[in-house]
Amino acid sequence: MVLLPELVLAVGAMALLLIGAIGGEKTAPAISFGAIALFVMAGAEAIWAVPSHASAFHGAFVADDFARFAKILILVGAALCILLADEFFAPAAMARFELPVLMVLATLGMLLMVSAGSFIALYMGLELQSLALYVLASFNRDHLRSTEAGLKYFVLGALSSGMMLYGISMIYGFTGSVEFSSVATVVAQSGVGIGLIFGLVFLISGLAFKVSAVPFHMWTPDVYEGAPTPITAYFATAAKVAAMALFLRAILIPFPHALEQWRQVIVAISVLSMALGAIAALGQKNIKRLMAYSSIGHMGYALLGLAAGTALGVRGVLIYMAIYVFTNLGVFACIQAMRRGGKPVEAISDLAGLARNNPKLGLVFSMLFLSLAGLPPLAGFFAKFYVFLAAIQAGLIWPAILGVLASAIGLVYYLRLVKIMYFDEPAPALDGDMAMGSRAILIVSGAVALLFIFAASPVITAADVAARSLIP
Amino acid sequence: MSLPLLSLVTFVPLVGAALILAMPRPDAARWIALGTTIVTFALSLMVWAAFDPHNPGFQLVEKMDWLGGGISYHMGVDGISMLFVVLTAGLMPFCIAASWDSIETRVAEYMIAFLVLETMMIGVFCALDLVLFYVLFEGGLIPMFLIIGIWGGKRRVYASFKFFLYTFVGSVLMLLAIMSMYWYAGTTDIAALLTNPHFPPQMQTWLWLAFFASFAVKMPMWPVHTWLPDAHVEAPTAGSVILAGILLKMGGYGFLRFSLPMFPSATEMFAPLVFTMSIVAIIYTSLVALAQEDMKKLIAYSSVAHMGFVTMGIFTLTHQGVEGGIFQMLSHGVVSGALFLCVGVVYDRMHTREIAAYGGLVNRMPLYAACFMVFTLANVGLPGTSGFIGEFLTMLGAFMHNSWIAIFAATGVILSAAYALFLYRRIIFGALVKPTLQTIQDLTAREVAILAPLVVITIALGFYPQPVFDVTTPSVAKLITDNKASLAFDHSNHGVLAQAASGKLAAAEKGTGQ
Repeated sequence: MVLLPELVLAVGAMALLLIGAIGGEKTAPAISFGAIALFVMAGAEAIWAVPSHASAFHGAFVADDFARFAKILILVGAALCILLADEFFAPAAMARFELPVLMVLATLGMLLMVSAGSFIALYMGLELQSLALYVLASFNRDHLRSTEAGLKYFVLGALSSGMMLYGISMIYGFTGSVEFSSVATVVAQSGVGIGLIFGLVFLISGLAFKVSAVPFHMWTPDVYEGAPTPITAYFATAAKVAAMALFLRAILIPFPHALEQWRQVIVAISVLSMALGAIAALGQKNIKRLMAYSSIGHMGYALLGLAAGTALGVRGVLIYMAIYVFTNLGVFACIQAMRRGGKPVEAISDLAGLARNNPKLGLVFSMLFLSLAGLPPLAGFFAKFYVFLAAIQAGLIWPAILGVLASAIGLVYYLRLVKIMYFDEPAPALDGDMAMGSRAILIVSGAVALLFIFAASPVITAADVAARSLIP
Repeated sequence: MSLPLLSLVTFVPLVGAALILAMPRPDAARWIALGTTIVTFALSLMVWAAFDPHNPGFQLVEKMDWLGGGISYHMGVDGISMLFVVLTAGLMPFCIAASWDSIETRVAEYMIAFLVLETMMIGVFCALDLVLFYVLFEGGLIPMFLIIGIWGGKRRVYASFKFFLYTFVGSVLMLLAIMSMYWYAGTTDIAALLTNPHFPPQMQTWLWLAFFASFAVKMPMWPVHTWLPDAHVEAPTAGSVILAGILLKMGGYGFLRFSLPMFPSATEMFAPLVFTMSIVAIIYTSLVALAQEDMKKLIAYSSVAHMGFVTMGIFTLTHQGVEGGIFQMLSHGVVSGALFLCVGVVYDRMHTREIAAYGGLVNRMPLYAACFMVFTLANVGLPGTSGFIGEFLTMLGAFMHNSWIAIFAATGVILSAAYALFLYRRIIFGALVKPTLQTIQDLTAREVAILAPLVVITIALGFYPQPVFDVTTPSVAKLITDNKASLAFDHSNHGVLAQAASGKLAAAEKGTGQ
């Protein structure tokens, strides 16, 4: 039963594709619904049916608490993004049955990524995810920006895949194995040679591309801006969780004995991501581009937990990603609700005076941004808190100081958004109506941001259990 | 006592805010807010009644598991914090009443912001866990940011950003210090850290500086005070009252709660720095206040000077100095709050805060002139008003510590008389020549109801400060003896500890080098 959630998604995706191919475009809503049902089923199985310590295919596929935590986050993110997509495309008469099918396939890839126990499995999961995502990014095919986003993502993604493969081949060449645990044994015995470091750096580069960490972040703003909003939400939530979980596993399991070597690289990309995310977001005019830089910064904070290299660090990253997913889903639901005269608008100035035209939306939107900024008592504070706590314990004092200073710079652009919504003179009012699904996402997301402080303990315990299954 | 009084007094305002949010009619917001703040005030008086003044430790303690791993929801008050709870809860109804007519737009949101702010402020003084303290300490920034930014004056955006960023940058460094303390001591429980902290002296230095960064900005101390005049000038009247009355006191409270007892060696080492900064604050900002053309700005600078007395008194570590500092904070909370309310009274009528726009108000506003006079004299520190007690005690403490400090501080007293009386003369006295002022009306019944109790408190505390000292004395005595004991411990163990620390470090290096 180790593979049950993945099997459900794989068989389900094919079945949905058949239904769509036979039934035509009018089946699109039913297929969306079917995809959400698949995610719910897979999630339920991941929670109840999959054992906590098991593996398949000679260790290439691992099921543990860490994978379970990440999978649940990915499935929640994916399901809610399909909900968003349904409401985004239906009014524009662009609903196509391929979209949910592609999202199910991408999600399947993500589940395989977080369970990967060898570099080959890692690469297969990653490519399954990436190929589906390239298509999704350009899904709005009559739209110049969207097509451009897909192409850019594809070219740069292929480059990064190539770099990663090159790194993996070096690692294989110098350790004689592609399995994470065997690599760890070899590194422990024979030490870290220059060839292995080469491989490690290329591997990290490829993974950094997937989590959009500096200096491999260039694709992010263009793809975020060009892709249809619900797809951007999908990139920012489910895809980021999968990439980050993969990053943790692919570094911490094979290379615990090369900590000194990879830590300096991770610290560098972490601090650079935080700084660039904060500074570059200051001048943005498009809300989706701003969210791209925001996510670059957030990945920097999460990577600080990886740099700690401890179970506490992993716990910090998992808590971070959990809060990040829920907050971002809410933000993108808000962005999707930014419509004027039925047409989506994306300029930040369109938000001016939102708190007066639409007080409820303004309140939730600002609260989510302040949560992303990491202000207590909102959830985002606890995300940063646990990451920094792990970093301090690991002795990473200076990265932590630079991190909090970057968060102060980042605060400026989040506050600017609140200022635009609350202090500025109102722009022409946005359409007030919101679809049911978006409304529900907003309520969930707002509740998580506001009430996490009261219910933090179970999440922290779950993340702790998950982290200890990765690093005992 | 089974009733969780401190949680009640902290979270009742939040309930009020939720009530306003749920209420479909926005015009009910004012009454709900007023009712909530009055109930909170009554609860805070119950806290005072339940408080045992002979017990120097924490009382009315509530403890619950919160985040796990030694981080808990822990509330409690001692003689140092209890009166700040009463002060906060006591000032809030005045703030709501003062905003009754002057806030016309988005009333419900305004009241919600104030009630959320009240929860955060009261919580700061009750929190006995560092993480909880930090959450509440920072949580207050958001509502204050909105209050300045939405209902403020012309340069409100600039002022609100400046306020937020100054305080935030200071505080995040404190957060990192809190994390280091957690890893060293294994807990963030303030009560536990107070009884057995003994951080190594080297570590104390860094921790002290990180906490200082936060509290010095909040206080505010020269030279990081520049956010305060801007925030004060742009904030609506009630916002200024809260800023001057409560938010500034969090810095002083932080010094008393954390810096002094937890980092005694560092406190001893940095005391001269604090004295220098306090003296500069007292003299320099008093001179700056003399030159101000804006009433609120003048009072803001005078606040910085008065907080200089507080830091000076606290860091003398004498009984008189510390108690004087606490009293000065409480008294300044009432007096500066009242002064801002007085400015608000004429601002509501004339919509300008420029001193030159006024003059001769005594002719048409005798009641107002009388109230304003009481607060002006209290601000100067005239015997018989509450301002005198705190200033006198802090200077007494400073004199016992080092007479030069007291001499410099005393010049500040003279300067404060100069700027305060100068302000009073320009606004109240002289002939009523300005044509715009010819029809100005004296205090309304609502304004009398706001100012009269504050006049009574100011004078009553000036003649009979004993109720305050009854509460504070045992806790302050304990603070000072504990500080001396830990200091002696640090001195006697200095070599041993340093050795142990370096041994630990070497071991750690070995461990990671492998």
